[in-house]
Amino acid sequence: MKVLVCVKRVIDFNVKVRVRSDGSGVETSNVKMSMNPFDEIAVEEAVRLRERGIASEIVAVSCGTAACQETLRAALALGADRAVLVETDTALEPLAVAKLVAALVRQEAPQLVILGKQAIDDDANQTGQMLAALLDWPQATFASKLQIADGKADVTREVDGGLETVEVTLPAVVTTDLRLNEPRYATLPNIMKAKKKPMQTLSAQSLGVDVTPHVTLIRVDEPAGRKGGGRVADVKELVAKLRNEAKVLPPA
Amino acid sequence: MSTYRAPLSDMQFVMNELAGLSEIATLPGYEEATPDTVAVILEEASRFATDVLDPLNASGDREGATRLPDGSVRTPEGFKAAYEQFVQSGWNGVNKPAAYGGQHLPQLVAAGIEEMWHAANMAFDLCPLLTQGAIDAIELVGTPEQKARFLPPMVAGTWTGTMNLTEPQAGSDLAAVRMRAEPQADGTYKLYGQKIFITYGEHDFTDNIIHLVLARTPDAPAGVKGISLFLVPKFLVDENGSLGRRNDVQCVSLEHKLGIHASPTAVMAYGDHGGAVGYLIGEKNRGLEAMFIMMNQARFSVGMEGVGLSERAYQRAVDYARQRVQGRAVGIDKQGKPAPIIEHPDIRRMLMTMRAYTEAMRALGYVTAAAMDNARHAREPSERAQHQAFVDLMIPIVKGWCTETAQEVTYLGVQVHGGMGFIEETGAAQYSRDARIITIYEGTTGIQANDLVGRKMTRDDGATAKRVAAQIDKVAAHLASQDDASLNAIGVRLAAATAALQNAIDWMLASYAAKPRTALAGSVPYLNLWGVVCGGWQMARAAKVAVDRLAQGEGDATFMRTKIATARFYAESLLPLAEAYAQAVVSGSPGALALTAEQF
Repeated sequence: MKVLVCVKRVIDFNVKVRVRSDGSGVETSNVKMSMNPFDEIAVEEAVRLRERGIASEIVAVSCGTAACQETLRAALALGADRAVLVETDTALEPLAVAKLVAALVRQEAPQLVILGKQAIDDDANQTGQMLAALLDWPQATFASKLQIADGKADVTREVDGGLETVEVTLPAVVTTDLRLNEPRYATLPNIMKAKKKPMQTLSAQSLGVDVTPHVTLIRVDEPAGRKGGGRVADVKELVAKLRNEAKVLPPA
Repeated sequence: MSTYRAPLSDMQFVMNELAGLSEIATLPGYEEATPDTVAVILEEASRFATDVLDPLNASGDREGATRLPDGSVRTPEGFKAAYEQFVQSGWNGVNKPAAYGGQHLPQLVAAGIEEMWHAANMAFDLCPLLTQGAIDAIELVGTPEQKARFLPPMVAGTWTGTMNLTEPQAGSDLAAVRMRAEPQADGTYKLYGQKIFITYGEHDFTDNIIHLVLARTPDAPAGVKGISLFLVPKFLVDENGSLGRRNDVQCVSLEHKLGIHASPTAVMAYGDHGGAVGYLIGEKNRGLEAMFIMMNQARFSVGMEGVGLSERAYQRAVDYARQRVQGRAVGIDKQGKPAPIIEHPDIRRMLMTMRAYTEAMRALGYVTAAAMDNARHAREPSERAQHQAFVDLMIPIVKGWCTETAQEVTYLGVQVHGGMGFIEETGAAQYSRDARIITIYEGTTGIQANDLVGRKMTRDDGATAKRVAAQIDKVAAHLASQDDASLNAIGVRLAAATAALQNAIDWMLASYAAKPRTALAGSVPYLNLWGVVCGGWQMARAAKVAVDRLAQGEGDATFMRTKIATARFYAESLLPLAEAYAQAVVSGSPGALALTAEQF
């Protein structure tokens, strides 16, 4: 069975993100970029499926600028067999990514698409769901356990208040939560081998997808700095402050 | 708590801009090592160093290695699992030949990777380091059959290697080695005797350990010309590579040391129960030659230990200085609010000193590593010879100066912490204790200085030394002619330091010929002189690149400006030491011999 894994290039989780001085977005030049951590989990899960003999081929996909090749190389070093870059310089919204991946899925015909549940830059948590809708495939999001047998996937999902297990018929879309697995380190021999694995580049146009953004970004601001705390004399004063200053309680 | 973060930006800057990684990647056999691939490799190595090795450094120091009553050795909690992961990730064979399962990456790349291991957990990395030395020796002089049998598992890291040189009466002077090797009818030998200070001589990482042992055959001439090299496996290995019976070699105790507690330093007894089976490696009576070729590599690596420990001590000191609030910052805060100590001028001086030394050592180390690659693989024999001459001159300097300088950097790391630095829990003291061995093992600083003066410099009548000094002088003159104020200042200081070096070279050449005892009395200040000037040379080159990049609008502007400021501090605050060292060499050397032995 063929598995398609989506990987996004994001600002590394160790980097303290800064807003550009003109407020036009966050600073990304000379900033360390890495694979979205949820997507690493997706790649790891696909590699484990292949190690168990369930998956036969893993195709890693990324949508974005030519720099995303680095992220794809990282996926290849972790064990993906080949990579596809859908190249565009347009800033992509989740719907555009979902449409691009859907078009690619129609070409590649995988039985399973695994994505991170969200990317740590925009935290949109939309692409997987939109992709399933566009393909009219079942979806199982926030997976913390994945078992595949007889053309079906048993997926344990992390939901509010506990775990939920759903069964979906393949082909399906699965998005990963943090506890699905712990991604391995790329080994040195695999990093070297990744150089020689095939990487294909397609343009967004060639997939017939219009990626024009629907949302205009007006301004980005740093979160307001924390103000100093203070002591309250009693509970009454605390409640009054919560009500009148913090406004987290309804007026009396 | 401070977490180690590999200084990837500086590592890549040095590799690409100063050491010529892209040219190295054009050498035959190194085509894979393009800057983009190397970036991925360094990135992945840094994750391993940060996530796996660094967290075990303090706990390994506290627990230490333990010898159990049956003679086996237990490494600290977590070390065995980390070693298995290290080996599975393929880090053991970074620069080893592909024929034996290695990745055959350039020495330059391996130097960057090993710096990270040393920084994160030097006591751990000593095991792979010694294995690599043993691999080099077997590869150099082993028979094809020996290589085929022992190298693949050693390159993979499923077996480790040790180097057995020292005996109680034979430390720096290996001529005094007494270990006996008696020939057997089947062509093997039986070894008898004791070796001390054997790093990872016994451990629980792997099923087998391959000991390389210096010993004398019965007919061997006395002195260094009668020492042979033997391979003694812990478990005998049959033709198809499977393990046979336990050999007669035992760890009889572990040393109690000032530092590197997690690294078991073993006393090894050979032949207490009938003789340890050993195989001659290389020619009889020529064991030391093989050992010395291999030793160059090991000395280089110990120099890189100095770089790694310095970087780690620096990072921890910066971290602490940002957090520790104490006193008012003079000239900054008029309201008199307490400030983090990083705002105090003297803390700044210490951090700047640590930073500048570390970057200078890194640059000198990587440039030397690149020269090793060129010495092996450059296309023209004349090029290879010239690079080799540079490497030969630099090895004692990288080993001697980087390890001595690491003493000062790790000392400052403790000093920045104040009283808390003397308390083990902050972690600052461990780097200082671990660093203490590096000026001693693989040849003390005194031995390095002897090598520099007595061999490396005099064997070509100072030709290479003068050529390198002239090269430095050219850089100094070029920078001094620049309009940029920083480059100009750096160039002027470097020119003065180089003049002092050239003066000392002339003195040393003349003195060593006429009065070798006087010359050698000044050999360590002479080595330090070389080190501080070569460090300044590399920082000057770095500053020039950074100024050019800024002018072109290329690269990370903040990084470039930081590099220029650091290089200028080095030139103005550290490089003046050169003139003092030169003075001590030229005028001070006789004074070291002024007293008779009885007068002490």
